[in-house]
Parts: sequence; C-alpha cells; structure tokens
Amino acid sequence: MALIKVHGHHFSTATCMVLCCLNEKQVEYDFVLVDLPTGAHKKPQYLALNPFGVVPTVQDEDLTLFESRAIVKYLAKKFKGQGTELLGNTLAEQALVEQWCQVEGQSFYPPASTILFQTVLFPLRGGTTDEAVVEINIGKLNRVLDIYEERLSKSKYLAGDFFSLADLQHLPWTQYLVTACKKGDLISSRKHVSAWWEDISSRPAWKKVAEKMPK
Amino acid sequence: MAAVKLYGPLASTATSRALACLLEKQVEYQLIPVDLKKREQKKPGFLAMQPFGQVPVLQDGALTLFESRAIVRYIAEKYAAQGTIGLLGKSLAERAVIEQWMEVESQTYNPPSSFLVFQLAFAPLWGIPQNQTEIAKNEKKFSNVLDVYEKRLSESKYLAGDEFSIADLSHLPNTEYIVKATGKAELITSRKYVNAWWENISSRDSWKKIREMSKADSKK
Repeated sequence: MALIKVHGHHFSTATCMVLCCLNEKQVEYDFVLVDLPTGAHKKPQYLALNPFGVVPTVQDEDLTLFESRAIVKYLAKKFKGQGTELLGNTLAEQALVEQWCQVEGQSFYPPASTILFQTVLFPLRGGTTDEAVVEINIGKLNRVLDIYEERLSKSKYLAGDFFSLADLQHLPWTQYLVTACKKGDLISSRKHVSAWWEDISSRPAWKKVAEKMPK
Repeated sequence: MAAVKLYGPLASTATSRALACLLEKQVEYQLIPVDLKKREQKKPGFLAMQPFGQVPVLQDGALTLFESRAIVRYIAEKYAAQGTIGLLGKSLAERAVIEQWMEVESQTYNPPSSFLVFQLAFAPLWGIPQNQTEIAKNEKKFSNVLDVYEKRLSESKYLAGDEFSIADLSHLPNTEYIVKATGKAELITSRKYVNAWWENISSRDSWKKIREMSKADSKK
C-alpha cells in the first residue's frame, strides 16, 4: 500500500494543518514540496491535481483531495481507532466539533490571515502594510477572542473536555500571530485563551510541524 | 410541536441553507423568525444561544447548534435514513469529496458571491453606498472560480459525483441571490454546465418550497 502523499509547503498554514493531523493520527506520509515562491502551484502539473492552484493537495491511493479542512476530516475518520481521536464520540459531540471548526473557518481565519498577509507576506514581496486594514482586523479578532475567552472559561477545549479537530485547526494561524506577526498579546492577554494555547501548542504532533515554520 | 427549532429569517442565506437540508431530509421543524432590522440577534436572549450574534441557530432537544454548514452536516447525519438518501455519499472516499466541495463553497465560492450579493442586492435597499472598485474585483474573482466549476461540472453531474449531495445544497442560497437579485445572472447563465447544474438543483422540491415560503413572506 502506497504511503499518503502530501503536496505542500512547510510554511503554508493549510499544509501545516494537514501535517499536524497526520502526526496526531500517527500516519506516515511522503512530503512532496510545491515550490510556492517560483509559482509551482499555478503550473499545469499542479493544477491537474488541484484546479484552484492552492496547497495542500493529498493523494491516498486513488483518491486526490484538496481543502485542508476537508482533508483533516477525512484523515480523522479513516484512521479512527489509532492515534488521537479528533471527532468526538457521540453525534452531539461531533456536531459541536464541526460547529467550532466552522467558527475557525468563518470567523477566526479571515482576520488572522489578513493580519498575516498585511504584516508579513505583503512586505516580503515589497508591498507596504496597510495599517488601517490591520487595525480593523485586530478589532475583529479581538471580538472573536473575547467569545473564545468566555467559552474556554467553561470548557477545556473548544468543543468540550476533549482535544479535537476544532482546536487543531487553530494551530497554524495562531502560531504565526504569536511569532512572525508579533501579535502574541492577543492571546497572552486572555487568561483562558492563553492556557488553551499553551496546552494545544505544546502537543508533540504540533511541535514537529512548528519547528519547520519561520519564526 | 416539532422537536427541531430553527431560528433565523428566511431571507438569510445561512438560514435557508440549513432549512434546505431540513426539507431534503423531511424533518419536522419550526422556523422561528429573527428580526435582523431590530437587531434581535444581538440581544442577550439570542446571544445566550449564539454568542457571535449570527443566524441561524438550531435547537434539537438538548443540543443547541450554530453555523449553517455544521447544522447541515448534523441534520444529514442524524436523519440519514429518511428523506433524500445519499446526501453524504456511500463511502469514506465519496464523503471526502463531498467535504472537499463543501469547503470550496465555504472558502472560495462564498466570499466573492456574498460580497456581490450584499453590494448589489442589499446595499441599495439599505442606503449603503456601493464600492465599485471592490465590486469589480469580486466579480473577477467569482468569474475565475466559476470557470473551475464549469470544467468540473462538464465532467461530473454534481459537484462531488453522480448524486446530489450537501455540497451542491450548500450553494443554493448565494446562487439564488446572484441569479435573481444582483443583475449579474449571466455569471451563472452564460456557463453551459454551471447553468445546467443550477437549473437542476434549484428545481428540487426543497428549493421550490423555500421559494414559495419567501414569496409568501414578502407579501406580509
């Protein structure tokens, strides 16, 4: 049986999400570097795998899959029974996991990724940070994190008392906020969010991935 | 009294997304309107259910659930044996491809289309000035996305394969507004396979019912 192949880049948050999930599930894989700086993700060879030209894309035998949040759901289901359980045990628990996965995708990721783009990626390409845009998105993220603070004061992890995909999905973006973006105070100023971040970011599965990300 | 309660206005795309799934699965429900104009969703009673102050919210017995795409998955799982079968695929691999297209809707189709819907359909109604530069940008973005959909749907009857799934369902609300309320219907209708897919999925009983309910609502 061929190993699962991950096409991606070690700096890409979406790739990191998938690698972390593979580590949590104790699944071996082959990593195929997609050289983003040279535009490899927009070339015909990669577009044949992923017509949207974004990373990562995963191949598991006959199945080719893109969208990191779909990939981690697939892995969590396929490898149920080995490594960390990431989906919850009952229908209600699974629903809450999915709810907080959606919150990450709809409310946390947009402002976090805008902050990353404006403060790190755009300047790297010679662009100038738009401070007004950064300000607006810090405001949005602050409002979201206030709600997380309230939630995590009542619940050890987002979906309940168990670590799940919902928490895992937050790792890559928060890592960059705290390091490259230098916005760690968003996290450290909130008692329960801070404790949650300390907890989830010190998991060995995440540390292995974070090691390869730029600081 | 139905055990399942859905809180939200029918006009909200997220609410109609959840409702479409309840209808496909033939689940008895109660639709409880939320008055967004009066900012009911930001009042303490609602925030106690949904701390982000957004619609819809589902209550099913002891479970309170928000985020329409989480509600869709929950309803499709819990009521798997009734109504339209196969919304989640028949194997792990089929389910994975459905999840992939659900995420494409959520991350790639939704942002530019909902921006266009807000700017072109709602901003004029509410006296909010339009941003023409951003409208043009999002129209280009949405066009590029639809080109990928056109290729996909030329090879596959539905997004994830041969059967209608929650991936197609998730696209109904935004596309309805694009086609009916923005003056940009040709984004959909000018693409042969996207148009055929749209005609197909929007003529399902569940979506016809939502159209009837919307019509009745607008006459109140």
